[in-house]
Amino acid sequence: MRLHSSALLLIGVLALAACNNPNRFGAGGAGGAGGPGGYGTDGIGSAGLGGANDPNSPAYFAQTVGDRVLFQVDQSTINPEARMILTGQGQWLASHPQYTAIIEGHADEQGTREYNLALGARRASAVQEFLVSQGVQPSRLRTVSYGKERPLQVCSDESCYAQNRRAVTVISVGAGS
Amino acid sequence: MGAAQAVPLLCRAERSAPVQVGHADVAGAVVPLPYAAARNEFPRAAGKVPNKEGVTPMLRSLTWALALAGAAFTAAPVAAQDGPLRLEITEGVIEPLPYAVPAFVAENAAAQQYAAEISRVVASDLSGTGLFREIPASAHIARVTSFDAPVGYADWKAVNAEALITGAVSVSGDRLTVKFRLYDIYSGQQLGEGLQFAATTASWRRMAHKVADAAYSRITGESGYFDSRVVFVAEAGPKDQRQKRLGVMDYDGANVQYLTDSSTIVLAPRFSPTGDRVLFTTFETGFPRIKLLNVASVTAQLLPETPGTMTFAPRFSPDGRQVVYSLEQGGNTDIWKMDLNTGQSVRLTNTPAIETGPSFSPDGSRIVFESDRSGTQQLYVMSATGGEPTRISFGEGRYGTPVWSPRGDLIAFTKQNQGRFHIGVMRTDGSEERLLTASFLDEGPTWAPNGRVIMFTRESAGAGGEPRLYSVDITGRNLKAVTTDGAASDPAWSPLLP
Repeated sequence: MRLHSSALLLIGVLALAACNNPNRFGAGGAGGAGGPGGYGTDGIGSAGLGGANDPNSPAYFAQTVGDRVLFQVDQSTINPEARMILTGQGQWLASHPQYTAIIEGHADEQGTREYNLALGARRASAVQEFLVSQGVQPSRLRTVSYGKERPLQVCSDESCYAQNRRAVTVISVGAGS
Repeated sequence: MGAAQAVPLLCRAERSAPVQVGHADVAGAVVPLPYAAARNEFPRAAGKVPNKEGVTPMLRSLTWALALAGAAFTAAPVAAQDGPLRLEITEGVIEPLPYAVPAFVAENAAAQQYAAEISRVVASDLSGTGLFREIPASAHIARVTSFDAPVGYADWKAVNAEALITGAVSVSGDRLTVKFRLYDIYSGQQLGEGLQFAATTASWRRMAHKVADAAYSRITGESGYFDSRVVFVAEAGPKDQRQKRLGVMDYDGANVQYLTDSSTIVLAPRFSPTGDRVLFTTFETGFPRIKLLNVASVTAQLLPETPGTMTFAPRFSPDGRQVVYSLEQGGNTDIWKMDLNTGQSVRLTNTPAIETGPSFSPDGSRIVFESDRSGTQQLYVMSATGGEPTRISFGEGRYGTPVWSPRGDLIAFTKQNQGRFHIGVMRTDGSEERLLTASFLDEGPTWAPNGRVIMFTRESAGAGGEPRLYSVDITGRNLKAVTTDGAASDPAWSPLLP
């Protein structure tokens, strides 16, 4: 399973990063909001987050550059805020050619399952197109949609839905998949 | 599909010539019992009823609720008519038909437990439709101690039973034989000939379902749906890390068997027209892909796919040879059709819109699907070979997950409007739309094999929200939860089993 092996590789990278960069926040101190939000990174503990201080680490990408952008209801348009984040993602990817990325598209629960899969794919694709327009090689990017299968927030109101309508750029190791 | 499938029962033997009971004890045999020769055999009853009433034996007519597919949505009540016991399933239920199903007679000691349980499953099937009301055993006057003894019609009439189901069960080794007869109490006659089902003891629930199907069919004139299965997604765990696996169960939730483990997300399984295969969507490669599963061997294979695409929303053609599905490439989702023998696919739609949820008409000539080409999700019908589709949904809100009824006359769908979800039905030209349910989240209808009942997913709101399976008649009546061990979603009904 490609996603899982990528995630495992990432765990290794992050763990290494943690060793090389003493965690000034204390173990686990950097956990919580802003942590990796991609489904593919589920299971990565806070041990790796110390790497967020290393501008070359995927953790830095996730937390400082910003790994996700949000969308309006039933939309896949890249808004100005998303544009800023994605510009940063494009720059980071350009200067870190050893990494590839999987862009995960997600939808909130207010929709039918199959439509939401297609909607998530539209969102992931919109991010991919933007990154490619920033100069990222298309072969370094793949998209996947989880539709409404993997919400980040579990409440059933707009405060959660807004967080769930997202595309997350999950960094993985290795040239083109 | 478990033991029941291992020993398929033959049905529809009602149409064949009566056969001696002695010939019936064959694996999978369903044999009509010798006719009980009602009038000669039951002189007491036959004589009593007309005397008591002072009229010729004649059945009280029964008008029934449930929009029948063909006559669906006719608002006019069906005219009462005199004649044999017959439940006309039409608009406007009056009241369920009262019936009695005394414990089946155990013809030997080994049959005792089965006899009691089989008659309970028959009652559960019939009463579960909302069309029939069982008269409890505590109210019975008559006791049925022998399958072939004359029926005391007056005693059943006295407790207001209009139909009586009697049965007998015998067990020899792992062989189980079930016999049953259906009586029309008001006319004092047997309704149809007796039937006998024989199979392994492991298939006892299927035999009960077959008895209930035969009774339902004789009384309503509709084919039954009890001897059928439902494939679904069993869910567990928190909402943001839900674990999903495929399960298959009897239509009433019994005999659950799991077909996949929970190691990856699986979605929206669909039965083949013969119930032997299941298509579903799996994330096992990390990306949504369609898998074809053989139910008996529980082995599955991924369907061929163009690299870099996502494929999902598969459904069989009525001949089982083709799969219509959604393929996403570069963010755009269109409808494709694959020949299962060659693995070759052809594209059926080609627009920048999201096009998904395809479902064949039962004659295979047309496909209904959803598209947001107009700006929101709406339903369209096109030729099964593609071409310009016709939009059929025009009401307020969004329409998705269309499914063509097995009778061909209706399309069931999910509708979203003003923050609520509904399951609804409309004619295939989009007319006579009717919403059957409303909740925070209802979606994904699937049709019972006879096109009278719809099962769907209902999910509750909030952090602790979870999906459950529900069913509802196409009249909107008899909404009820389907019993499952835990959370469940994405039901797909099998055809009536052979």
